[in-house]
Amino acid sequence: MSSSSSRAIGDFLGEAEEIIENLNNDLIVLDDCAAEGSCDPDLLNRIFRGAHSLKGLAGMFGFDDISSLAHHLENLLDHLRLGKVPLTNGLVQLLSEGFETLSRLVEGKGENPDFTFDVSAMRQRVEQFLVGGSDEEADPEMDRIDPEILAVLTEFEEHRLRENLKHRLYLFKIKTDFDLATFDQDLAVLTDLLKKEGEVISTLPLSADLTDRIAFQLLFGTNLPEGELGVLVGPGLAVENLLPPSEPPSPSREMILEGEPPAASGREVTAENAPAMETSARSISRTVRVDIDKLDLLMNVVGELVLAKAAIGRVCEKLKGEGGNELGTELQKATRVLERRLEELQKGVMEVRMVPVAQLFDKMNRIVRKVASERNKRIALEIQGADTELDKLIVEDLSDPLMHIIRNAIDHGIEPPEDRRAQGKSEKGLICLSAAQKGNHVVIEVRDDGRGIDPEKVRRKAVERGLIPETAKLSREQVYDLLFMPGFSTAETVSDLSGRGVGMDVVKNNIALLSGMIEMESEVGVGTSIAITLPITLAIIKALIIRVCDKIYAIPINSVMETMMVETSSVRTIERKEVIELRDSTLPLLWLGDVFQLSDRGNRRARFFVAVVGFAEKKIGIVVDELLGQQDVVIKSLGESLAFVRGIAGAADLGNQKTILVLDVGGLMSETLRGDSAFFA
Amino acid sequence: MAKKILVTEDSSTMRALIGSTIAAIGDYEIVEAANGFEALRILPREKVDMVLTDINMPDINGLELVSFIRGNANYKHLPLVIISTEGSERDRLKGLDLGADAYLVKPFAPEELQQLIRKFLG
Repeated sequence: MSSSSSRAIGDFLGEAEEIIENLNNDLIVLDDCAAEGSCDPDLLNRIFRGAHSLKGLAGMFGFDDISSLAHHLENLLDHLRLGKVPLTNGLVQLLSEGFETLSRLVEGKGENPDFTFDVSAMRQRVEQFLVGGSDEEADPEMDRIDPEILAVLTEFEEHRLRENLKHRLYLFKIKTDFDLATFDQDLAVLTDLLKKEGEVISTLPLSADLTDRIAFQLLFGTNLPEGELGVLVGPGLAVENLLPPSEPPSPSREMILEGEPPAASGREVTAENAPAMETSARSISRTVRVDIDKLDLLMNVVGELVLAKAAIGRVCEKLKGEGGNELGTELQKATRVLERRLEELQKGVMEVRMVPVAQLFDKMNRIVRKVASERNKRIALEIQGADTELDKLIVEDLSDPLMHIIRNAIDHGIEPPEDRRAQGKSEKGLICLSAAQKGNHVVIEVRDDGRGIDPEKVRRKAVERGLIPETAKLSREQVYDLLFMPGFSTAETVSDLSGRGVGMDVVKNNIALLSGMIEMESEVGVGTSIAITLPITLAIIKALIIRVCDKIYAIPINSVMETMMVETSSVRTIERKEVIELRDSTLPLLWLGDVFQLSDRGNRRARFFVAVVGFAEKKIGIVVDELLGQQDVVIKSLGESLAFVRGIAGAADLGNQKTILVLDVGGLMSETLRGDSAFFA
Repeated sequence: MAKKILVTEDSSTMRALIGSTIAAIGDYEIVEAANGFEALRILPREKVDMVLTDINMPDINGLELVSFIRGNANYKHLPLVIISTEGSERDRLKGLDLGADAYLVKPFAPEELQQLIRKFLG
C-alpha cells in the first residue's frame, strides 16, 4: 500500500472514530429523550448525519462492512427523524450496539485494513425495527406553502415543516441580513432566541444585492402570534405569516417534538443589538490531528536533548574544576541559554500532549449506562472537573483501570433498586466521577453511594482463601488492601463484566506503572470512594538520584518532600515498625536495602540518609546510603516481563548511557504504612 | 492561473480525498469549506471557478447553497456539482431542479469526479 493511501486511511480512521465518539455522546442524550418521550429534532438529525457521513466515507475506502452497517443504521435513523418509527429505549439500545460494532470494525482496521467480521446479524436486527414503519401521510396544509420555499428543503426539513403544521399554530418567514464577517454568530444568536419559542425549520441564504452583507430567510414554526414574535426579534426584521391559522389555537403541545425548555434567562438579544464579536474561527478549524506516536517521538527527542544538556553541564563542571578557563566560562553561559530554551521546548511539547479528561469521562458515561442497563440498576453519573488536563498517554492508560473501578462500583457497590428503596435511599444510585489538579498531581475520584465495603465480609473471604490467618487482626485500611491482592474477589458470582479476569490488583499495578497511587475509603451503607493520584505528565521527570549499596535508583522529585541525615541512635521501634521523630510526628522508615535484598542489616553505619516521600498527609522515610543529587530523567517503559516488579515503577535513562530503576513511591508507601511483611518475602 | 474549485463538505477526510483526486489531473487550486457558512464567506472573497457541494451539512444544507448560488448574479454561471451519499435521491433531484449541473454519488470512482472537472473546467 502506498504511503499516501495509508495516510488517507489513517485520516479516515481518525475521522471515523471522532464521528462514532460524537454519535455515542448524542446517543446518551437521545436515551434520556426516549425516557421522557420528547426530543430535539436537531439532535436526531445530527445523529442521522453522523451515520450518513460514516457510510459515505467508508464507501470511499471500500470498507463495505462499515458502509453497509452504517447504511442500515442511517436508514433506521432516517425513519426515526422522519417520525416513521417511534423513539424507544430499545431502539436507542440497538443504535448503541450498532455504533459499538462500527467502532470495533474501525478499531480493527486500524490494526489491519483487511480486518472484518460478519455484521449481517446486526444488520438484520436493525431491519426488524424498520418493519411496520408507516409512511408519512399527505398534509393538505402543505399545498398552501409556496413551492419555492419547498424547493430548497431537504426531505428531513420537509418532514419538520409537516410536523410544525400539525402541531404549531403559525409558520413565519423571517428575513434579515448580517455583516458578512460575523453572520454566523449573529445568526446563531437569532436562532437560539427563536428556538426558545419554536423551531427554525430552515435557513436559506438569499442572493440580495448587498456588499459586505448577507441576507437570510428563516422558516420558523411557533405558537407565538405575529405581534409577540415581532417583540421577540425586535424591529428591523421582516416577519411574514405564511399560514394565518384557520382554526382556533389548540392548547395541546404535548405531541410536539420539543427542544430544550426555554432557558430561565429572558435576555432579549436581537440581531440588531447582538454583541459584536470578532470574525469567527468557530467553523474554520485551527486544530490538527496528530498521531500520538509522533508526539512520543518528539518527547523522546526532547528527552535525549535534556540528557545531552546534562552531559554538557558535566563538561562545564569539569572545566571549572580544572581552574579558570575562558572557554569554560563561555561554554557555561551558552549552556544556560540552551537550558532555558530547552525548558521552553520541553514545556511546549508537554503542553501539546495535555488533553482534558472529558473524553475519558464521556467514555465512562457510556459504560455506566451500558452496564447499569445490563444489570438492571438505575444509576446517575455526576461528572466534575472534566476540563482537568493530563498527559494524553496517561489518559489512555487510565481508561482500563477506571473502567474496571466503575464496573465494580455498579456491580458490587450500587444496590438493586428494591434494596435501595428498602434502605430509604433513592432508587437511582449515584456515581460521582471527578478530577482535580493538586500541584503536580491530578486526583481522579470515583465515588458511589452504594452499600459500601463490609470489612468483616472481606476478612472472612480472605481467611477462606488462605490469604490471612484466622486470627489476624487487621485495621480497616489493611482490610481494604486485601481487595488489591491478586485473585481476590468478594462477589458471590463473578459477573461477566467486572470479572473479566482482571482484579483490583491489576488495576493497582496499572496505576503504579503510571507512577500513581490508589486509595480507598468506604462506609457500610453509605458508599465507597476510590481516589487515584497521578502525576500530570510522565515522560520527563525531575528525580532524586540515590544510592543503596552499589545500586543507583531514582525517586520522582514531585513525591520527595525533604531529605535529611539521621543518626542510627535516633531510630525507635513502635509496634515492630522502625520510626524516627520528625517535628512532633513519627515517620515510618523503609530500608531500601531490605526491600531489594541488597544489604545485610548487620553492618549499619552510625548515620544514614533519609528521603521523606509522600502525598499530602501520608509520608514515609526511605533509607538510603547516599543522596547523589537531582536530575532530569527520561522515563522508559520496562517492558511486559518486568511490568509488575514490586517497588519499581519504571526505568529511566541517566544520560551517560546508564539505565536506572525508578521507585514506585505510591506502592512502597502503602506497603510500608500497612506494615505488610509479605512485601519483603 | 490555476482554476479554483470550492469544495464544500463537512468531512475533512472527504475534502482531502476530493482534493487529491482533482490534483491528480492537473493544476487546480482547491478552496475548502467545512460547512455552508464557510462557503458563503469564501464565495465573495475568492474568485472560484467551480463549486462542489455535499447536501447533508450542519447550518445550511447543500440545496440552500445551490439556490443561493443560482440566484446570485455573481455566481449563477459557476459550474456546480452535488456530491452526496447514496440514499438521498429525492434531495439530489431537487438539487438538479435548483440548477446544479450534475451530481456524483459517494462512493464514486476517482475517474468520475475527474471527468466532471475536465468537462466543466477543461
